[in-house]
Amino acid sequence: MTATGYVRPASIAEAVAARAAHPDWIVLCGATDLMVEAPLRPAPVGVVDVWALAELCGIAEVDGGAVRIGAATPWRDVVTSPLIAARAPILAAAAREIGALQIQARGTIGGNVGTSSPVGDSLPVLLALDATVELASPRGTRRVPYRDYPTGYRTTALAADELIVAITIPAAHPGARQLWRKVGTRRAQSISKIMAAALLRVEAGRFVEARIGLGAVANRPIRAAGAEAAIVGAPVGEATADAAAAALAAELTPITDVRSTAPYRLATVQQVVRRFVLEASSPSSPD
Amino acid sequence: MKVSLEVNGAARAVDVDPWRRLLDVLREDLRLTGTKEGCGEGECGACTVLLDGAPVNACLVAAGQCHGRKVTTVEGLAGHADGGAVLHEVQAALLACGGAQCGICTPGIAVCASWIVDAEPIGADAGARARVRELLAGNICRCTGYQLIVDAVVEAAQARRAGEGEP
Amino acid sequence: MAELQPAGPVGRPVPRVDGVAKVTGAAHYVDDLDLPGAWHGATVRSTVAHGVLDAVDLDPDYDWTDVVVVTAADIAAAGGRNVVTLIEEDQPALVPLGGRVMHVDEAIALVAAPTRARALEARRHVRPRISARPAVLDTDAALRAEVKLYGDDNVFKRFVIRKGHGDDAAFEDAMAGADRIIEGVYPTAAQEQMYIEPQGMAAHWEDGRCFLVGSMQCPYYVHKAMKALLGCDGDGVVVTQAVTGGGFGGKEEYPSMIAAHVALLARKAGRPVKLIYDRGEDIAATTKRHPCVTRHRLGLAADGAIVAIDADVVMDGGAYLTLSPVVLSRGVLHAAGPYRCPVVRIVGRVVATNHPPHGAFRGFGAPQTTFPYERQIDKAARLLGVDPLAYRQRLALRPGDTTATGQELTFSVGSEAVLEAIARAAGPRPARDAVSAGGAPVRRGRGVCFYFHGSGFTGAGEQRIAGRATVALTAAGDVEVRSSSTDIGQGAATIFAQIAGASLGLAPERVRVVDPSTDKVPDSGPTVASRTCMVVGGLVERAARALGTRIAAWAGEHGRGGAPFAEVAAAAAAALGEVAETVQYEPPPGIEWDDATYTGAAYPVFGWAACLVDVAIDLDTCEVTVERCVQAVDVGKAINPMIVKGQIEGGTLQALGWGLLENVLYQDGKVANASMTNCIVPTFADAPDLETVLVEVPYPYGPHGAKGVGEIPMDGPAAAAINAVVDALGVDFDVVPVLPETIAARRDAWDAARRKS
Repeated sequence: MTATGYVRPASIAEAVAARAAHPDWIVLCGATDLMVEAPLRPAPVGVVDVWALAELCGIAEVDGGAVRIGAATPWRDVVTSPLIAARAPILAAAAREIGALQIQARGTIGGNVGTSSPVGDSLPVLLALDATVELASPRGTRRVPYRDYPTGYRTTALAADELIVAITIPAAHPGARQLWRKVGTRRAQSISKIMAAALLRVEAGRFVEARIGLGAVANRPIRAAGAEAAIVGAPVGEATADAAAAALAAELTPITDVRSTAPYRLATVQQVVRRFVLEASSPSSPD
Repeated sequence: MKVSLEVNGAARAVDVDPWRRLLDVLREDLRLTGTKEGCGEGECGACTVLLDGAPVNACLVAAGQCHGRKVTTVEGLAGHADGGAVLHEVQAALLACGGAQCGICTPGIAVCASWIVDAEPIGADAGARARVRELLAGNICRCTGYQLIVDAVVEAAQARRAGEGEP
Repeated sequence: MAELQPAGPVGRPVPRVDGVAKVTGAAHYVDDLDLPGAWHGATVRSTVAHGVLDAVDLDPDYDWTDVVVVTAADIAAAGGRNVVTLIEEDQPALVPLGGRVMHVDEAIALVAAPTRARALEARRHVRPRISARPAVLDTDAALRAEVKLYGDDNVFKRFVIRKGHGDDAAFEDAMAGADRIIEGVYPTAAQEQMYIEPQGMAAHWEDGRCFLVGSMQCPYYVHKAMKALLGCDGDGVVVTQAVTGGGFGGKEEYPSMIAAHVALLARKAGRPVKLIYDRGEDIAATTKRHPCVTRHRLGLAADGAIVAIDADVVMDGGAYLTLSPVVLSRGVLHAAGPYRCPVVRIVGRVVATNHPPHGAFRGFGAPQTTFPYERQIDKAARLLGVDPLAYRQRLALRPGDTTATGQELTFSVGSEAVLEAIARAAGPRPARDAVSAGGAPVRRGRGVCFYFHGSGFTGAGEQRIAGRATVALTAAGDVEVRSSSTDIGQGAATIFAQIAGASLGLAPERVRVVDPSTDKVPDSGPTVASRTCMVVGGLVERAARALGTRIAAWAGEHGRGGAPFAEVAAAAAAALGEVAETVQYEPPPGIEWDDATYTGAAYPVFGWAACLVDVAIDLDTCEVTVERCVQAVDVGKAINPMIVKGQIEGGTLQALGWGLLENVLYQDGKVANASMTNCIVPTFADAPDLETVLVEVPYPYGPHGAKGVGEIPMDGPAAAAINAVVDALGVDFDVVPVLPETIAARRDAWDAARRKS
C-alpha cells in the first residue's frame, strides 16, 4: 500500500495547476461523501485538498443583486447567512436539513454540486433558482447554467481539468414565491425520499413564472418541465395544482430502492408540488 | 506525510498517510480513545470532535486536512483545578441527569453539547428543547430515548449562563 | 440481621457508578484496549443464502506474508468441536469444506494481519467457492418444506397453550359461542438492535489458556461455547466483559461466535488478536428481532367480554436454532395479553429459513405478539363504540384472575394502577385537524395500549440456572459485589451498589461492583429476560445481608456488638482476611410450572404497563409525528428512579421506532440496507418529549420490591402509536412498521373514510 499523494493549494490558481498536474487525483473538500467507510474502500491515488481554501469560501452579493457562494463554503455558513436568508431562503432551508450539525460544518455547496447525487439536498434548489456554476481550468473560467450541469447518474458537465469555484444565484423577481420541501427517511440525518423546490410568481391571478426542481425521483436532479408548462399562464387555484400533479405523473418514473417505493415517490412529489401551487395561489404575502 | 496539529491545547506531530482518518490518528497514533467509532459513515456522531472549534465527525476528516488545525476531543473538555479534574458543565449535567447509559455515544454528545452551550443561545424558553434536539440530531443514542440528555443539555446551558453572571 | 439505615441509598437517583468514566471518555470499550503486539482480524463470509462449500481458495498472486488464515480444519486439528454451543449444536463456527452454507454472511474463513487495513485487504483475496442451492426465504416456503433445512418440517419448535378447553373441537365450540369474532393477520418486521458500539472481541493465549475480553451480555454463555470449541475445561478459558456499548439482546448470543473466531485467530497467530466488526458487517451478519406473523381471532360476548382468544404465531428463526425456541416461548406466553378470558388457544411455531439467524432483542418475542392483541382489542372497542382505555380497564386481569397458562395472579398486580395512571395523564385530545407550516392538512389521532411482561426466566428456568452471586469483604477492607450480570448501560453496577449498600449501611460509592470475568465472579445466569435487578439484585441483597450478619457476629464476639458495619469492617477484615458470602437462587413459594402442558406459573411475577400516544399525520406526505407519548410502568420498586426512567424511555423510543420508522430489508436472503444511513433508527429530532410514570406495586420476593423492567417498555408503544394512526385515519393498519409508504398506499381508503366522518 503506497501512501496517498497530497497537496493543499493556497489559491485557486494553485488548485487548478494541481488538478492539471495530477489528473487521477481527487478534489477533496468537506469529505462528508468521499470518506464514508474509507477503510473499507481503496484509497485514492492522491488528494487535492481545497478545504477552507480562502478564495473558495464566502457568500457575497455580486452584480445586480445576485448571490455568489464559494464552492468550499460549508452549509453551516449558508444556514446562518443573512444574505441567503433574504435572497434565497429555500437554500437556507435546504441547508438546514442536510445531515445534522457535524455534516453542515463540513459539507459544502461545491461538494454537493460536484458529487451530483440524485439525492443531493441543495440541487433541486439550484434548479428552481436557476443558479450558475463557475468552473476554472488552465483554459480559463466558464459559467454553466446549473440546469445543464448534471448529465446523468452522478455524471456532470465538469471537465477532467476543471475545478468548481462558485455557485451564483441570480436575483429573483421580488414578487416570486420560493418553496421547498424535503421528505426524508426521518427528521434529521436523513437521505431524501423526494425533494421539491419551486420558484413561482403570480401576476393578476395567473402564474407568469414557474421553475420546479426535483430530487430523488430520477437519476439526477431534474426540472419538472411538464409541470412548469402546466402552471405558466394558468390561473391560480386547485385546477392548476391538479394539472401540475397530473403532468408529473406523465414525466416522472421514480424507482423503488431501500429508502422508499416508486409509487410513494410519485404520489408524494405530486402532493408536494400540488401544495406549492396552492400556497402560491393564496394571497398571503411572499415569505 | 508529517502533520502538525494542536490537540486539546497541546502541539502534536504525527507522520501518517494523509488519507488516514482523523479518528484513527486520535485513537491509534495519539491513544486518545475517548473518541468512538460507531459507524464510519458520518451517521452516528460518536466520533464528534471540534475541528477549529466546529463539531465534525472525525471519521470523515482526512489526516492531511488537519495540518495546522486545532482539535478538541472529549479528553479536552474537563478542566483542572486544585490538582483534580473539574468536569465541563455538560459532563456534570449528563452525569447528574442520567444522560449517559452505555456511554458509547456520550463522548460525542458531550463534545457536541459543549459547542452548543458555547455557541447557541439555549434558554429556558419553550423552544429550547426543540432547538437542542435539532442541534444534537447528528448524535445517535440507542439507550436513553434522548429525554434525559435533552434535560442535561438544557441544564448545562443554564449553568453556563449562571456562571456568566446572568440571572 | 443488621437493621437497614433509614435513609439508605435505595429509591434515590444516585449517579451511575461508571458515570464519570463515561462522560470523560475514560471508559475502555474493547476497541479502546491497548494490547501490545495485537493483530487485527477479519471474517470471510458467504455471498449466497444456501449452498455447499466446495473450496476456500487463497489468491496465489497475493503476498500472504504476515497473514494468518483460519478455516474449519483448524478447529478439529486442535481437538475442538466446530460448534457454537447454545441450546443445540447445529451452528458451526466456520462452515467446513463440503458443509452446508446456510445463510448470506455466514462465516467461512478468518484472516488476521498486523493492521486492520492489511486484514481487510487480505480478506478480499480469500475466495470461497460455493455451489448454490435453492434457498428458503420466507416462513410459508419453510412450512411447505420442499427444501429441508431442519428436520423433516423445518420447524425448530412448536408450542401449544390451551386454557379452558380440551381439544381443538372444544375450542371451536367455545369460539362459536361468541356473539362476534374479530379476525386479523398481523405481520411484524425484523428489527436491528443498533447498539452504537459494534460487536467486538479480543483474545490472547497464555500457557495454553485462552483469555477473551469483549463486548457482551453473558460471559458464561461465551465460556460454555469456548469449552466445546477449544476442547478445554472450564479453567482453559477466561472470559471478561469490557465496558459494553449497548446490547438490547444483540450481545446475548452472537458474542460467542466472535469469541470463537478471535480465539482461533489468536491461537494460530501466536499473539493477541482483536476482531471488531464494522457497522455494515454488524448489521448484515448478527442477529435481529424475529419477523413474525400472527393470525388472531378474538371472540366477544354481546356485552364486550372476551369469550375466547385464538392466536397462531409463526416466527422466522433464520438458518440455525440459536435462541429461537425461547423467543417463541415468551412470544406465545404473552400472546393472549393481560386480559380476562376463559378460553385461550395459542399455537406457536418458529421455522428455519436461509436468513441469518434471528435472535434476542429486548422484549424477546413479546412485542411481536403484543401488537396483534392490542390491535384486536382496539378493533373491538371501536366495534362496540366504547372508549379504548375504559374498555381495557374493564377487561384487565386483576388479582385472583388467571392468565392463559392458568397462573393465578396473587401479588404485585399493577394492571389497574398503570391504566389509572394513563387515564389521569391523558388530558384532552388535541384538535383533530390542523394545517402544517407548509400548508398541508394534518390529521391527529390518539392510541392506547396495555401490556404485561413476565420477569425473569420462564417456568422453572430460574431454578435450572440456579444463579449465584457473592458479596465479599476483602482482606483490604473493601466491599465487593461479584456477579456475572453485566452492565450494558442499563445500570446494573449502580443498582447492585445501591442494594448492597442498603443492606450494609454503606453509601453506594463504598461498594465496588467487580467487572464480570469468569475467573472472578460466580455464574449468576445471563444478563437477559428482565432478571438482573429482580433476580440477581435479590441475590446481592441476600448475600450482603449474610455478610452483614457474619461481620455483626464477629463484632459481637469482639466487644463491639451493634456497631455499624462501616465501623467494624476494617477491623474484621484485618482479623479474618477475606469474608465472602455466596448465595444461590431460591424460587418463591408456590410457583409451579408444567413444561409438558405449558400450564402453571410461567413467571414468578409480571410487570405491567400502559401507554398513550398522540400522533399527527401530514396528509400530503403521510409522515407521522409522535406528538406525545406517556408510558406508565409498574416496576415494583424503583431502586434508582433516574436509571429506571432512562431505561424505560430508551425502550419506548426503540418501540416507537419499530412501529413507525425502522425497517430491515432482506433481498435474496441478504440485508439490503446494511448501513446506519439506510437502516435507520430515531434521532433526537424524531423523538418526542417522553413522559414516564413510575408505578410501584411491590413484588414481595424482589429486592426492596423490585421486579423486571428492562423489556416491558419495548412491548407496547408501537401498538399504541399504530392504534393512534388508525384512530386518525379511520382505516386499519395491521402491520409493523407503518411507514409513510404504508399509509400512502391506502390513501384512497382513508381519504374516503375522512370525507365520511
